[in-house]
Amino acid sequence: MEKREFHIVAETGIHARPATLLVQSASKYNSDINLEYKGKSVNLKSIMGVMSLGVGQGADVTISAEGADEAEAISGIAETMKKEGLSE
Amino acid sequence: MVDVLKGIAASDGIAIAKTYMLIEPDLTFTKKSVEDSESEIQRITDALAKAKEELSLIRENAAKSLGEEEAQVFDAHLMVLSDPDLIGTVESNIKDNKVNAESALQEATDTFISIFEGMEDNPYMQERAADIKDVRKRVLAHLLGVKLPSPSTIDEEVIVIAHDLTPSDTAQLNRKYVKAFVTDIGGRTSHSAIMARSLEIPAIVGSKDITSRVVDGDEIIVDGLEGQVFIKPDADTINTYSVKAEEFENQKAEWEKLKEEDTVTADGKHIELAANIGTPKDLDGVHNNGAEAVGLYRTEFLYMDSSDFPTEDDQYTAYKTVLESMGEKPVVVRTMDIGGDKELPYLDLPHEMNPFLGYRAIRISLNESDMFRTQLRALLRASVHGNLRIMFPMIATLGEFREAKAILLEEKENLIKDGVEVSDSIQVGIMIEIPAAAVIADKFAKEVDFFSIGTNDLIQYTMAADRMNERVSYLYQPYNPSILRLIKNVIDSAHKEGKWAGMCGEMAGDQTAVPLLLGLGLDEFSMSASSVLKTRSLMKTLDSTKMAELADRAINECDTAEEVVGLVEEYLK
Repeated sequence: MEKREFHIVAETGIHARPATLLVQSASKYNSDINLEYKGKSVNLKSIMGVMSLGVGQGADVTISAEGADEAEAISGIAETMKKEGLSE
Repeated sequence: MVDVLKGIAASDGIAIAKTYMLIEPDLTFTKKSVEDSESEIQRITDALAKAKEELSLIRENAAKSLGEEEAQVFDAHLMVLSDPDLIGTVESNIKDNKVNAESALQEATDTFISIFEGMEDNPYMQERAADIKDVRKRVLAHLLGVKLPSPSTIDEEVIVIAHDLTPSDTAQLNRKYVKAFVTDIGGRTSHSAIMARSLEIPAIVGSKDITSRVVDGDEIIVDGLEGQVFIKPDADTINTYSVKAEEFENQKAEWEKLKEEDTVTADGKHIELAANIGTPKDLDGVHNNGAEAVGLYRTEFLYMDSSDFPTEDDQYTAYKTVLESMGEKPVVVRTMDIGGDKELPYLDLPHEMNPFLGYRAIRISLNESDMFRTQLRALLRASVHGNLRIMFPMIATLGEFREAKAILLEEKENLIKDGVEVSDSIQVGIMIEIPAAAVIADKFAKEVDFFSIGTNDLIQYTMAADRMNERVSYLYQPYNPSILRLIKNVIDSAHKEGKWAGMCGEMAGDQTAVPLLLGLGLDEFSMSASSVLKTRSLMKTLDSTKMAELADRAINECDTAEEVVGLVEEYLK
């Protein structure tokens, strides 16, 4: 399993457009990918799951992937995070 | 006998086409116990696939007509449709609880809706609950085999039929195919009516029951001149109205010739004819109709068409576009007028008993000064790109005006300190729509650069008659001597101080009111762009001295609005 922590800097947190992009990014991989925040874990391929966490600015989240392409998944998602200004 | 329905003529023109019902179908269902889970899962899978197909088409159309950014809303909707958690929950509901697909979908979505609606500190997320409801509606419609209207996919000439049209409904309408619309409710000054005039398509509002009189695909004639709808007309009626439609087009072509001309009365007096706009998109109409200025730029659409407060840069871009496009011609920008019948989902305003008498426009701006300052900075920065005039709405007291102006000057100072260039010739005025301000216009005239009379609200406040309430619509009396006296007081007060007075309500383009207003000495008339040429043509026939006599007699001799109308007719003969 691959894991990485992210500190969310985007003013709007993870909702709407950024959430959409994260889910799109995660959906490209076969691995099971989860987003964990405040002890709750959701499927990163589920837009409703991701938005239901209500991740705001300054939040620390953990993303974990498990499967054949777990390493690619984590680095791909990290790239999206950076590109969209969600995390540094 | 042809079935005829009367309504309020809201926008000129004649259209003959099939109806398109913009009406929500019945989506109620009963919860049922179903043993055959496999077939229920197949049903939901099919419904999801169809909904996805439909939404992709809507997204494509939206991208074409509204732009890529607006279309991205639908990406979120599409993702909901393929959300693995949602589909998983629906399927396990069907299998484990042995229920039908409709109620499995309802339960699964309800869970998420209540999570989002529960995020009370985050109005943005609360709004996302509406997105899920929207998507659910589409899937339910497919499960139930009913048609959900999607106006953005219309691809033939139609007349849209609706109970009412909201600004977002009208934004989705394709101008190429929508030839007219008819609604159950509304009046000449409701949103739908104003929209129709800016789209320059015929419209009838307040027809009471058009939605129950026609079905999808019925042929009808809309006569926006007389406020009549002919349902399933016979060949003779169609012929008569085809001729009328042509005559109206010819008349418009006649007016068209006045496009490049100045507006001058029969005795050579120049009058400024301006147009009202809601977004930079309306500028085409302004130029095509030869308006000499923008007399009212309603900036609230910037706020209403956005899912969050528009940024300073977004606003700056919009203002700059309008100012540059108008060149040296003046542009009167009204600061945000939210409240009343215009709500903003992300500005969490409590529900009020009397929204028109409540927390709205300048009252919000002075209280939420961050939002106000952002708008003023954007305006000040844009001021170097044209001839900007700033107008504050809903001013009741001098105190409010002074406070608003002080904030404006403070922001101007700040910008200059930061090295930003700001125009030095920005006029600052107020909208006169509250009787209290109209009565002491002489006091205001000493401090403002101009007045613009907003008749829609001035009339409703003076008559104490809600303009959204059809039962008191008889009190919407622009020609009532009481209204005329207030207007006269405003114009005279402005002139005494060497200031100008304009009008940006519907009355300014009203062919019966124009002679009276000219007679009262109004300097600027701002109206729907589609009324400009018609009014210019009327002005050419009016003698300002004679109209001054008419106005004088209307104010002093007439007792009622009816008498005033009679007198105007006598003078125009």
